[in-house]
Amino acid sequence: MPLSKSNATRRKVLKLTAASAALPLVHIRTGRAAGKVSIAFWDHWVPTGNDVMKKQVDAWAAKNQVEVQADFITAVGQKNILTIAAEKQAKTGHDVQAFPTWEVHNNAEAMEPIDDVMKQLTGQYGQVNSVCEYLAKIKGQWMAVPTSSGTQYKGPCGRISLLKEHAGLDIVGMYPAKSEHTKASDDWTWDAHLKAAEACKKAGKPFAIGLGTTTDSVDTAGTLFKAFGAELVDKDGNITVKSDKVRAVLEFGKKLVPVLPDDAVSYDDASNNRALISGHSALIWNPPSAWAVARRDAPAVAEDCWSFPAPKGPAGRFEPYLPYFWGVWSFSKNKSAAKELITFLMQRDNVQERCAVVLGYDVPPFQSMLDFKVWDEVGPPTGTVYNYPLRPFHEATAHIAALPAPPEIAVQIYNRGTMPTMLAKLKSGQSVDQVISWANDELEGFTR
Amino acid sequence: MADGSSVPIGAMAPASGAARQKGSLHKLARHRSTTAFLLCLPLILLIAAFVVYPAFYAIYLSMLNKKMTAFVGLNNFAFLLKRHTFQLVIFQSCLFAITAVVLKALLGFIIAHLMHNIPGGNQKIWRGLLLVPWVIPLALSTLSWWWMFDPSYSAFNWILNQFGFDNVPWLGVGWIARACTIVVNVWYGTPFFMIMYLAALKSVPEQLYEAASIDGAGAVQKLFFVTLPMMRNIIAITVLFSLIVTFADFDIVRILTSGGPQDMTHVFATYAFQVGIQSGDIPLGASVSLFMFPLLAFAAFFVLRGVTKRSKEIAA
Repeated sequence: MPLSKSNATRRKVLKLTAASAALPLVHIRTGRAAGKVSIAFWDHWVPTGNDVMKKQVDAWAAKNQVEVQADFITAVGQKNILTIAAEKQAKTGHDVQAFPTWEVHNNAEAMEPIDDVMKQLTGQYGQVNSVCEYLAKIKGQWMAVPTSSGTQYKGPCGRISLLKEHAGLDIVGMYPAKSEHTKASDDWTWDAHLKAAEACKKAGKPFAIGLGTTTDSVDTAGTLFKAFGAELVDKDGNITVKSDKVRAVLEFGKKLVPVLPDDAVSYDDASNNRALISGHSALIWNPPSAWAVARRDAPAVAEDCWSFPAPKGPAGRFEPYLPYFWGVWSFSKNKSAAKELITFLMQRDNVQERCAVVLGYDVPPFQSMLDFKVWDEVGPPTGTVYNYPLRPFHEATAHIAALPAPPEIAVQIYNRGTMPTMLAKLKSGQSVDQVISWANDELEGFTR
Repeated sequence: MADGSSVPIGAMAPASGAARQKGSLHKLARHRSTTAFLLCLPLILLIAAFVVYPAFYAIYLSMLNKKMTAFVGLNNFAFLLKRHTFQLVIFQSCLFAITAVVLKALLGFIIAHLMHNIPGGNQKIWRGLLLVPWVIPLALSTLSWWWMFDPSYSAFNWILNQFGFDNVPWLGVGWIARACTIVVNVWYGTPFFMIMYLAALKSVPEQLYEAASIDGAGAVQKLFFVTLPMMRNIIAITVLFSLIVTFADFDIVRILTSGGPQDMTHVFATYAFQVGIQSGDIPLGASVSLFMFPLLAFAAFFVLRGVTKRSKEIAA
């Protein structure tokens, strides 16, 4: 049909052209025609954790007509870290990766800034804690989104009866399953921890704290150092190991290490779990995974377990915290859809659904989400994990070992297990001076 | 034709075309080096893709700075040599590899001799049984060893306890842990030596022993003047091959100790993994893994040159 002159003015044609040019952009932003997105999740140790994640991803994919490939990559043998390293080198792979603790910093130059997603999420749910910021906000830009999947606190998990019987410690009274600060919790200090550890060792139920180089050992040692204000490297990258505070924590360490198990130096992340589940230990530092396994394999032990915050030191109370992040590669072919998927998965209902399925193991990064019922309800005993996520009345701060050192140095302190190795050296009979000298030499290598 | 018979002109034409074609194929096939090359080509391509390229890429990576943005030459190697922990890693890698290879060679030699003297079908059964450690995937068998050394529930400690002895922290004390890693490597690698030496023993002509007996040689003299010289090439190649593989070992140390306690069992591969992958310093990790390359290449050159020389002498 021929267009009449009045219908096809120059202005109308320009408008139509501009509108049609803008269409594909709008289309991509919604993710609807984005085609395909691939995402690598951390393979949850609770199988149903993967199932619920898959269900949520499928729901988003169906709604947005995007083909989503979700892979679950195990952390066993650090396969997830190897996959991340390989994808970074090859500049191809998944669009979205689950980055454990230090991997955002290790791979930041190959990642897409994600401030827009964080702006939306923090607008909805409030700020995240300082550890998340330290690990994922680089040069003022968020490079990944702190997620709940795999994020954990690693405070003490003790046997109620054994601690009461051998150390006179009423951990349920100290940290009841309700939003209440108790006087007894103020007395939960590292000295009290040492006293209880000595008593339990005497009773043949030692605190199963490792001095190896795997994360459980590193996180516990890290929080002990922090509680004494002992920093190996300060925030500006200066080596500060030859300080009074480091000396003080090592002096304390000299008293602590003899009451730890004889084989503590060869502990890995499973050793402490086994010690608790088998009934050989009165206390470990771990997320509730050990309790969850005991629930299946040793119900009597599980019924006697209680998670509670870390003890307080001269510099405060610090709780070991290991967050996971979801980030988008800069070489991703579908960044907008990838960001939309992350935003969707971090919505409160979805986080809550996933959290409930894994018995509260996954901790959301937002304080506003700590009112999920799962921590009140799961058991036995009911309320065993109520105090597992940090709550305001705990008066504790989330902490990761080696903070506040610049992350490129901290990652080496963490992964080389410098702090537990310092304690292990004390256990092998070395003096405080020898240990400090060794650590100084190591740190010089890390700060190159 | 030479025999005086005649053939009509043109009758041979199609046949001669086919013959020419057949002839050219035969010629190509007769060109043995071409055939050999073509047959080897898939393997060459695989090696190029999965060995040569990664090796050169690793060399390239080892010469970059931590952020992989600048070329730093051999600075990473110089830096490593100054670090106390890396000096410890060099010592441990050498201790681990040399001790394990010597023990494997000795045990393999002894077992091969014992095996050689087992008559008939029984030898096959024993040979099969002794190969089991080498056939099981190393990661799996090392996991079994780890359970036996386990810090808290060691099977060995249970046995010791039954006899009234105290627990031994198998993987918790440096020198014991070092010994444990070596024992597992020896357990795994001895069958390889055994089977190689057995094959070499079977190829020693019986007449040599008979001649030595006639000359009045005893068992020890036969061993030193007949068996060992005849096995020299296979011993050299086996030791070289095993040394290279043992220096590159990762599984055993990673599964048993992860390099602990206090870094006292780290070998090049586990340390490279910790530095390169876990701590995000891939160039330094690449430098660690390449550290022994020049030394091993040097050793390989001389060992293989010796083998070639001796082979030529035997052939002559």
